[in-house]
Amino acid sequence: MRHTLSVLVENKPGVLTRITSMFARRSYNIESLAVGPTERHDVSRITLRVDCEGSPLEQIEKQMHKLVNVLRVSELAPGESIERELVLMKVAAPPAKRAELMALGEVFNARVVDLGPDSIVFELTGAPEDVDSFEELVRPHGLQELVRTGRIGLGRALKPNRNRPTQRVLA
Amino acid sequence: MRMNGADAILRSLEAEGVDVAFGLPGGAILPLYDAFARGTTVRHVLARHEQGAGHMAEGYARASGCVGVAIATSGPGATNLVTPIADAWMDSTPLVCITGQVRSSLIGSDAFQECDITGITIPIVKHSWLVQDVEELPHVIKAAFHVARTGRCGPVLVDVPRDIQEAATEFSYPDQVSLPGWKPPRRGHERQILAAADALAAAERPILYVGGGVLNADATEELRALAEAARLPVVTTLMAKSAFPETHELHAGWPGMHGPKWSNWALNKADLIVAVGARFDDRVTGKLSAFAPGARVVHLDVDAAEISKIRHADVPVVGPLKPVLAELTRVLGERARPGATEPWLRQIADWREQFPLRYRREGEMLKPQLVLETLQELTAGRDDVVWTTGVGQHQMWAMQYLRCDRPRTFITSGGLGTMGYGLPAAVGAKAARPDATVVCVDGDGCFQMTQQELATSVLEDLPIVVVIVNNGYLGMVRQWQDMFFEERFSQINLTHSVPDYAQLARAYGAVGITVDDESDLESALSEALSCGRTAVVDARVDPREHCFPMIPAGAAALDLVEFEDDAEEVPA
Repeated sequence: MRHTLSVLVENKPGVLTRITSMFARRSYNIESLAVGPTERHDVSRITLRVDCEGSPLEQIEKQMHKLVNVLRVSELAPGESIERELVLMKVAAPPAKRAELMALGEVFNARVVDLGPDSIVFELTGAPEDVDSFEELVRPHGLQELVRTGRIGLGRALKPNRNRPTQRVLA
Repeated sequence: MRMNGADAILRSLEAEGVDVAFGLPGGAILPLYDAFARGTTVRHVLARHEQGAGHMAEGYARASGCVGVAIATSGPGATNLVTPIADAWMDSTPLVCITGQVRSSLIGSDAFQECDITGITIPIVKHSWLVQDVEELPHVIKAAFHVARTGRCGPVLVDVPRDIQEAATEFSYPDQVSLPGWKPPRRGHERQILAAADALAAAERPILYVGGGVLNADATEELRALAEAARLPVVTTLMAKSAFPETHELHAGWPGMHGPKWSNWALNKADLIVAVGARFDDRVTGKLSAFAPGARVVHLDVDAAEISKIRHADVPVVGPLKPVLAELTRVLGERARPGATEPWLRQIADWREQFPLRYRREGEMLKPQLVLETLQELTAGRDDVVWTTGVGQHQMWAMQYLRCDRPRTFITSGGLGTMGYGLPAAVGAKAARPDATVVCVDGDGCFQMTQQELATSVLEDLPIVVVIVNNGYLGMVRQWQDMFFEERFSQINLTHSVPDYAQLARAYGAVGITVDDESDLESALSEALSCGRTAVVDARVDPREHCFPMIPAGAAALDLVEFEDDAEEVPA
């Protein structure tokens, strides 16, 4: 079972190390991780995709919350949040294949950001599932290089009515 | 006031009320030691090895309830503190470690005695700071003490580059710390406490399973009030030994790998376990799936992450134990059913009668258990004795045979199982309680790991008594090799006589006594306890004695192995 956690941390040296070290030590798996600034200069946001096979999400959240630099840990629950990922991919594109690939890109709203004699570089921002689909469709054409940022996310602006208790309160 | 960073550290320690620090100087911490030389109210105890300094600070913290302070230089000095830091982490001992670091301009250059101690210790500290600006120093020290002693206690580390110690600053000690991410719980949830009371009131066979958290929370009085008000039996883990009076009729012994059968039965056959500052360690539970199968669990802990980490908690209560226990006692009072637990208490008392600790008394050699029994007899009723131990068979016998009635009188390495802990911890405990008779029950293997601190004990006027339960072997390893490795003894023979511990003690300026006969035991121990000097009793005991009962690793607690009178003699 995979979950996305949004973690607000103090913007201080070593914070990321403390978090990843705790994950390593407790054998929690990180699938993707993205770190960046927030609206506050002294606070950073870490978006973590974790694989909770074997260790319940609650334990991971609590252990993270014990770290002194961690301000808030919340789960980005599906349906209540927006998740995005950015991918750059270099695809083999001999002239004969170019049109087909570009049409494919259009379907996904992928932009062509570079074009060479034998390859195209696409940029796509989208829900991680869309990025996955595009990657799978492009792969048979000869995927030469790929980089994904790892997902980032935010809670929705308008939260749906919840018929469940408010989120777990962490110590 | 204008001063340098090193002075600012000492003024900060003074402001925190630190009366003693344990350490050893070296290059990168020289400015701080220069500040010591220029004057401070903080007593410095000079250890012979930084590991010793760290365990002393732990012993001090355990005996006093205050934060222990250890100081070391950069590089090897700092890495020598790693074992005590890990120990303090596992046992939640409040500890502030201050290490020197190479100059800021040299960090990252592989300079002489440089090591990334903040990096090395990340998994074993609550938090650490590498001070990068002298102006931060007082704030960092304040925060360090605050983090070490609030919430679940534990170690922190402050790494101070040499140039920061030398830099000038205008000193003022802050009143408050700004730690927006550190918010330990301040009180328990009322509804959860009510649920805990309901569970207790409904239980037929409830038991309080008490861990070291009760001592850290200074909640022993509240624990006793709860146990007495509701007539609840109390088992105390190794870390909680002395948290509840062991001569009290409600004390139901010690659960776990070498706990008596009746204690393990009481815990495992309960229908309600109220865990109080305990963490369901594998040494207590044995095979988890078979642990206390019929019990519901109420878990009181200041650390939310302990709830349902190992064993599911039916009723979790997160909060500081002192007010939580007091509130639980109060609300339980309205619900209690007088006399409800009496049949259960009688059952436990029956088991206690039925399954006493046993060992083979006869034989030519002195029995290790007898050493502990005699120590107990000689000190029974005294309220000024503090025990420390190393790790191994002697530690388990100490747990089984010594009776501690007052809090913080049994100091041991539980979670990490650090051999060599006992002697320096005793020195630290003596610094905390100069009035007390501090006795380290040690093994011969443990003693040899930190024996150099005898010099500290003698020269710093911190007299302690060390009783070496000397079986000439790494005894617990021997027991495991005997029981689980078909008696293939491998690399465990230390010999009874090398070194000659009494002579070694005398070489350090301590009293040294060798005893290998039952008839001399009492007088030897009495002499050591009353001589007022650092004393080492080398009690040469039977190496064939195993520590029983024992729950084999991975076995169910109810499947413990007991002492058998007719067990085959294993040749020495």
